[in-house]
Parts: sequence; C-alpha cells; structure tokens
Amino acid sequence: MTANVAVAADPLQPGAAEQAEAIHIENLHKRFGALEVLKGVSMSAKDGDVVAMIGGSGSGKSTFLRCINFLENPTSGVIRINGEDVKMVSDGHGGQVPANRRQIERIRSRLGMVFQNFNLWQHMTLIQNVIEVPVHVLGMRRDEAMAIGEQLLERVGLSAKRDVYPAYMSGGQQQRGAIARALAIQPRVMLFDEPTSALDPELVGEVLKVIADLAKEGRTMLLVTHEMKFAREVASHVMYLHNGIVEEEGPPEQLFGSPKSERLKQFIRTVS
Amino acid sequence: MADASIIPAGITGMFDLLSPVAPGWGANLLRGLVRSLQIAFGAFGMGLIIGTFGSYAKLYGGPIARDLAAVYTTLVRAIPELVMIILLYYAGTDLINRILEGLGYQRVDISGLVAGIVVLGFVQGAYATEVLRGAIKAIPQGEIEAARAYGMSPVLMMRRVTLPAMLPHALPGLANLWLISTKDTALLAVVGFSELTLETRQAAGTTKAYMTFYLAAGALYLFITLFSSVILEWVEKRARRGMPSVKEAR
Repeated sequence: MTANVAVAADPLQPGAAEQAEAIHIENLHKRFGALEVLKGVSMSAKDGDVVAMIGGSGSGKSTFLRCINFLENPTSGVIRINGEDVKMVSDGHGGQVPANRRQIERIRSRLGMVFQNFNLWQHMTLIQNVIEVPVHVLGMRRDEAMAIGEQLLERVGLSAKRDVYPAYMSGGQQQRGAIARALAIQPRVMLFDEPTSALDPELVGEVLKVIADLAKEGRTMLLVTHEMKFAREVASHVMYLHNGIVEEEGPPEQLFGSPKSERLKQFIRTVS
Repeated sequence: MADASIIPAGITGMFDLLSPVAPGWGANLLRGLVRSLQIAFGAFGMGLIIGTFGSYAKLYGGPIARDLAAVYTTLVRAIPELVMIILLYYAGTDLINRILEGLGYQRVDISGLVAGIVVLGFVQGAYATEVLRGAIKAIPQGEIEAARAYGMSPVLMMRRVTLPAMLPHALPGLANLWLISTKDTALLAVVGFSELTLETRQAAGTTKAYMTFYLAAGALYLFITLFSSVILEWVEKRARRGMPSVKEAR
C-alpha cells in the first residue's frame, strides 16, 4: 500500500529525508444516498511522494480526493493527516461529520487544493487571491505574505498579472494563479483535482509544466488526472480506481508497462 | 407691488410660502425631509442586517431556522405595508408597554423615530432576505468551496468571500429597496409621525396652497432619488470592478 519514491528526493528538502507519512487513509467509504461511490479505498503518501489517481468518470477518484480535506464527509474510514487522526461523530442519518470544526480548518489550511475550475475569487486581484489565506487564515504579516506571493507569481510566470482580476486572464493563467494560491499556504500536501480538464488543449502544457516542476523539487502531491502520459512521467505511485475500489496500483512503469487487470489494460487502450 | 412686477403675484407668493424663515413653511418641509431620510437610512440598514441573517438562515440554516425565515418572509410580504405599519406601530408599542408593566416597570414613550425605523426595517428585512438569497445563489459555488477548502471559518468566509462576491448581484435589488424605503416613510404619516408628507399636508392645509407644497414635496422626493442614483451607480461600478462589462459579452 505504501508508495515508493521514484522521484529522486532532493537532499536539501528536510521533509523528504525523514519520509514521514503525510496522508494515511484506511478503508474509506463514501455513500450518496443509495449510491456507494467509494467502497473501501486505502492509501498512504509519505513526504515527497507524488501519487496519481486515474480511472474512468464515476470511478470515485475525485470524491476520494475531496474526502481528504472534508469537502465531502466520508461515510466511514480512517483519515490521518500530518499524523493527526481526524475525529468523526455520527450525523444521525447513517453518516458521520467531523467532530471538531477547528481541527478540520487547521488541516485544510495545510492542504493546497487546486480545482478543475480554478475557483479563484473573482472580486480579488491575482495577488490578493494569493495572499488571502496566508494573511486571514494563517495570520501572516501582510508585507511578508506579499513578498512570498510575488515570488510565487514569478515562479508560475504571472508577475505581469499581479494586479489583474481573474476574469481578465486565460484559463491556463487562472490555473497557474490557483497553483500559486495553493503554494502560498506552504502546504504539506498539494491536492490536484483534474487540474487541466477545463482547459483548452493549447493551454494544458503550461499548467502541466508548473506541476512537473513541483514534482521535481520533491513536493508531496496527490493528483487526480486524465493525462496518462503526464501521470507516467511525474508520479511515484499510480492508483487505478474502478467503481469505488482500487483495481490496481503500483509504480508507473509497472502499472502502465505491464498492467495485470483486464479492466486497466482496456482503460489504457481507450485513453491513449 | 403686484401690478408693478413682471413676475405674477402667484409666483412670488409661492416663494414666500416656501421660504425657510417664518412665515414661510420651508423649514418645516426640510425638517420633514431630514426625518424621512433618517427613517429611510435606519430602516434600510436594519433591513440589510435582517436580510443577511434571513438569507443565511434560508440557505444554510437547519430546519427550524429555515422555517422561521420562511414564515417571516411570507407573512411580511403577504400583508399590505400600510396594515403592517399600523399593526406594528400601535400593537407593537402597546405590546412592549404591557410586557414592561407586567414585569413591574414603568410604561415608556417609544419615540416615533425609533418605532418608524423598526417597523419599516422589519418590512424591508423580508424583501432584503430574498434579494440577498438570490445574490448568494448567483455566486459561482466553486468560490465558496475554495474558501472552505482553505480552512476559512464560517464568519471569515462570510466577510471575505460570500458578502463581497454576492454584492454585484445584490446591488440592483438593493437599490430598489433603498428607493422604496425612502418613499415608504410617507406611510408613517398615517400614524402621525412628522415626516416630509405629513409636514407637507399640514403646510398645505393651513395655507390652502396645495399645489405649491405638494409640488415642492415631489421635488424633494425626486431630489433624493436622483442623488441616490448617482451614489448607487458609483457603488455598483466599484463592486463590479473584477467583472468584465456586460457589453463586451453582447
């Protein structure tokens, strides 16, 4: 179950050397009414791991990602983030809800989520989007957050768009901005929910390049994606989900090179 | 004087009547205008506060909060405002005094200004609830989800994301409510509160110059509306600063 680190860990990254477990999930179930979307999914990611989740639509991969920061409340299962077990209580309708809102807020503020539809705040300029969470949630000084924010914008190639509102930016620019917003909280783990699915084909490359650079520097990432070639290049561990269970998983060479399950073979044929 | 002047006597007489110094009635009208504006501001502000809570209750509240909000908006919007004002003004102050007496306190005189603001604010709140509810629903829900995903507490999310993001959608409706609020103050004339309309009626009744005073009052109401439009336009432009012009999309 534990992912292997295929990406060369940067020795200068302190987290990568220790190999602490950043995310640990056991037997996660999620039910929407009569529909059981996740039927017992487990995973573990150590610092520096890049875990890619692939699978057809309706396989539960996005739901799984959204359960990790409790945008969806899992029906049952163990979720441990940064070594901290999330306490859940019954909601009285057969499901469960987090017992402590502040614990969830604390955990969320250390997970950098990147959405399919960017979800930048439209009433703020790009730099305001980037410093919003550091200043107002994490309590960082404004000038300090500004300095970090400007560095991040430079890194994703958007310094010129600093004071521009998201509505005036292309999809690729908005998504790179959203990645800068996620990086600004200095996240333990980055969560990507199909980050290129809403983009025009010619804009996909610029976003993938930014994500690949993050993988290279040893950042811990969970990536739900349809880009098989990309998953193969950057991931240290790949999980193939089908109908709410992990059908097959392993290092990318093994999973894409010699898939065992018939369904995965067929999936790889249809998407490539 | 009348036969020597080019200006007909009627017109000069009109200005004499509207003069702000006695024996003119201008000061009374202006005092009424100020009272009307005080009530309108107070009622609109109170409506906004009730509306914020009401819309949150309807959208995010539990079953009890949702039902309470639904009963409130349905009743207030079903009952004619004039009836509502008479009912709340007399019955409301009477109720408060009965409660005070029941608890062994002295009866209090509730000032017309406070009572007027509370009564109109209560009515405004019901409409504001619906305006704000619609505006919050118009926010791309991904922005709310992003705020949640980054660990914002409910209060912080309301202050930093929900309210500023819904403002551009709410402003046209809120502008309507503000203008209605300025004119609803005239309904308080029926309960004897000296706002602009009642002052006008008294001036006109005493001098028999009905045309003069009602035209003057009409001009003052028009002035409020025109001045409000300028302010509202500026506010809306500012609230929409992150959004491309609708004309570009045409």
